[in-house]
Amino acid sequence: MSPDTRRTFLLDGREIPFREGQTVFDAAMAAGVYIPHLCHNPDFEPHSSCRLCTVIVNGRPFASCTQPAVAGQDVKSDTAELNEMRRSLTQMLLVEGNHYCPSCEKSGGCRLQATAYALGLQDNHFPQFFPLRDVDASHPDIILDRDRCILCGLCVRISRTVDRKNVFAMTGRGIDTTIVVDSPTGLLADSRVSREDEAVQHCPVGALMMKGEAFTVPIGERPYDRAPINEDSVAQFQAREARLHG
Amino acid sequence: MASKRKIATCSLAGCFGCHMSLLDIDERILELLELVEFDRSPINDIKVIRGMVDIGLIEGGVCNAESVHVLQHFREHCRVLVSVGECAVTGGIPSMRNHHSLKACLEESYIRGIGVENAHVPDDPELPLLLDKVYPLHEVVRVDYHVPGCPPSADALWYVLSALIAGRDPRLPTALLRFD
Repeated sequence: MSPDTRRTFLLDGREIPFREGQTVFDAAMAAGVYIPHLCHNPDFEPHSSCRLCTVIVNGRPFASCTQPAVAGQDVKSDTAELNEMRRSLTQMLLVEGNHYCPSCEKSGGCRLQATAYALGLQDNHFPQFFPLRDVDASHPDIILDRDRCILCGLCVRISRTVDRKNVFAMTGRGIDTTIVVDSPTGLLADSRVSREDEAVQHCPVGALMMKGEAFTVPIGERPYDRAPINEDSVAQFQAREARLHG
Repeated sequence: MASKRKIATCSLAGCFGCHMSLLDIDERILELLELVEFDRSPINDIKVIRGMVDIGLIEGGVCNAESVHVLQHFREHCRVLVSVGECAVTGGIPSMRNHHSLKACLEESYIRGIGVENAHVPDDPELPLLLDKVYPLHEVVRVDYHVPGCPPSADALWYVLSALIAGRDPRLPTALLRFD
């Protein structure tokens, strides 16, 4: 059998089948193996910026959400070293923003929080930054709380490619990077955003939220109250695979 | 019978919610008292730790000169020091004041606040001086273990305490890990 027709690769020693064009991430999740991730949402184009999904492919690190699966490659993901790196990245995201879980409406449905749980994070290790960031509550339906933004870029990507409105963009560099809104005043109220936009539905944290709906689902009954994110993500991914390719 | 482990607890910039959660271990508190003896704690009102204790539990962040002194006292007298709750671990809700200057906070409370009479910022020498910001414990002293949660559940606190007493790894299983 030639390597081209085998169509499998090794992930932590386990053989994972894949389809032509699938990424390492997609193939792993379809096979029921969770790879921690934050900036990636399988329904939209990958971005490979958070680096949580980094795996070692044939000895070199790659973001699995953009790395094409290749027959016969040797991939490591669930290793002590990679998980320690994932913990450090998550801790850095937590100290760089203002993440007050006890008073956050997104608690229990937040992918940053749930990922921290899955990684067993019990402290932030690094000094807290307590940055000063603007909250934009100008829009009647939508709130943009930059304190909670992890700069995953999902709203930017979705607004550009799905809604085709380009409402959101990132500006600044490094630690000064922030989300900006395309409107004459820079405020959401004066932009073309609307509550039906896909861009405002998929924020992994509580940075973009609908007003008046924060407690529609009570705390204790939220997605990651019911199942840890590793189980929930795999189940959702497999349901999506069955829907699209089943 | 082996000698009892000694425990000390205190609340710095906290709300005593973590202590309430500790009391929520319900009848297990009888089991706990078989295993440990409480030294300084708001539960018994002992004010200073005498000698060394095995486990120190601190809730609340570091907000003023007194909390720095108490925290250093605990670090010097506790073999194992544990940050308990979001405020101790991250600064928590009290650290929301970090987004404003200390001057602005004091003026909001004592000068411009609603219903304030005889407006002035309290300056009695007995009052501990406020720090510029509220800090998590581990930014001031070395902390051995962290138990997040607001408050950590009674089950989480019981898990950590019984692990520490028995000499096991006190890191929480995922089911007990909460930040809210």
